[in-house]
Amino acid sequence: MAIKQISVFLENRAGRLWELADELGKAGVNMRALSIGEAADFGVVRMIVNNPDAAQKMLTDAGFTVAETDVLAVEIPDVPGGLASVLGALKDSGINIEYAYAFVARVGEKAIVSMRVEDASAGEKSLVDAGFSLVDAQKLYTL
Amino acid sequence: MLYDEKHEAMNRDDLEQLQFTRLQATLERAYGGVPFFRKKFDAAGLKPGDIKSLADLTKIPYMVKQEMRDNYPFGLFATPMDDVVRLHASSGTTGQVTVVGYTQNDIDNWADLIARCLTSYGATKHDMIQVAYGYGLFTGGLGLHYGAERLGGTVIPISGGNTRRQIQVMQDFKATVLCCTPSYALHMAEAAGEMGVDIRNLPLKIGVFGAEPWSESMRAQAEEKMGIDAYDIYGLSEVLGPGVACECEAKDGLHIFEDHFIPEIIDPESGEPLPDGTPGELVFTSLLKEATPVIRYRTRDITTLTHEPCACGRTHARMARVFGRSDDMLIIRGVNVFPSQIEDILVRIEGVEPHYQIIVDREGVMDVVNVQVEVSPEIFSDEIKNLEKLERKIAAAIREDLAIGAKVKLVEPKSIQRSEGKAKRVIDQRDLQK
Repeated sequence: MAIKQISVFLENRAGRLWELADELGKAGVNMRALSIGEAADFGVVRMIVNNPDAAQKMLTDAGFTVAETDVLAVEIPDVPGGLASVLGALKDSGINIEYAYAFVARVGEKAIVSMRVEDASAGEKSLVDAGFSLVDAQKLYTL
Repeated sequence: MLYDEKHEAMNRDDLEQLQFTRLQATLERAYGGVPFFRKKFDAAGLKPGDIKSLADLTKIPYMVKQEMRDNYPFGLFATPMDDVVRLHASSGTTGQVTVVGYTQNDIDNWADLIARCLTSYGATKHDMIQVAYGYGLFTGGLGLHYGAERLGGTVIPISGGNTRRQIQVMQDFKATVLCCTPSYALHMAEAAGEMGVDIRNLPLKIGVFGAEPWSESMRAQAEEKMGIDAYDIYGLSEVLGPGVACECEAKDGLHIFEDHFIPEIIDPESGEPLPDGTPGELVFTSLLKEATPVIRYRTRDITTLTHEPCACGRTHARMARVFGRSDDMLIIRGVNVFPSQIEDILVRIEGVEPHYQIIVDREGVMDVVNVQVEVSPEIFSDEIKNLEKLERKIAAAIREDLAIGAKVKLVEPKSIQRSEGKAKRVIDQRDLQK
């Protein structure tokens, strides 16, 4: 079960991330998770939002460079070693992770890690086979 | 000092008579020997004999760089290849190169002109002359080399690059004259400082700087940091190479060797001749070149002319330091770069036509080129490593094709300023007017 992640290219200048967040806020888009990767002179903001298709359209219209990417969201036990257990399953299948970011859900004892892997379907299979549950897209968007 | 007083200080009447005699011979040779010129004259309804005075020169149509490219490589040669003893080519990518040829007489005349330049800077046969212009197809290295030998100086043909070795040699050989681009000279001064060498304490006394635009503030810097007198030398391979014009001890404009070249200043838009003192495009007609003569060749360099007498005694007209281009060509560390070349590279890499901007600046003493490319949704990826790879790929292609190092920076769409109709492709922040 792939989750739609919204990525946005941002120039490295003061206020630009605020402009992005402000646009999303005005459009009533709620963020579930946020990660920022930075290079020397630009950054890439990756987000999981409650309404990815609408967010992509709205941001494109507002002049942002946007890409939609499928990522995997996996529930992991919110205990020491939780992340390692998930990564172990991928390691055993030889699947490389491009990037990942974790967040703790509002309720319950689970955390969620969002990952971009080389081969999404193989990644999903190895995780499911190892007994992890992938988070349902609708459930994640409406957390 | 004058190397060739007879010609350099000739009175105007005699000079103009000499020019006209040489012009007639050049026109005959070009018309008789080069189909390109014959067609051009015929199309204008002209025969060489119709040019009955120097004033008639304006009847002849201009010649432009594109015509040289169209006749690549040897289409404009006016002598058989057996008489051509050397070839040079202008900098640029394959599609942009222009080739020029030299007979033995051309080489001899060129050496004489460079010897005139060196003499006007105060150099003599007693000098140790370090030629740090690049040797090769570029005219700088070999041009200065032959002229320095003609003067009777001792030449150190070290060519460009390897800065530590340059400084070591300058110190050990006791060089007194340095020939290179002004930005490289300043770079050398800095590098020498890092090596614990103060060039001011070395015997070096004269800088022969050219092949790129520079400014009075750079002259002041070079003179202060190196303890030398720095002089401008002007030329372009299409017309000869370095040695078309040089400064004298007055450092107030560059004397154009009018017994070899007829200069004109024209309005780049209308093509109309402009009077002394009015900035316009510099145009040259060669008077003695045998292998590749030029007739009313538009240089695209913007400057002014003056025929006011000069304190040095030379009667030849002076041009101001070149302060612009009538096209968008950039000269970066001696390399000619057109924005269209960078555009070609971007289009080739992306398969699209991204918006871009070239920002040229001078960091310390070196020209720095920043190429900003707008990220389009087609090339945007969520993975930073792909974007960084793209930046490196563009920089590598620019380095390979244009032989200049550029910093490539991805920017957001529409962040590059659009001007009316045409995007502003180049921002030159080097401030060469100072």
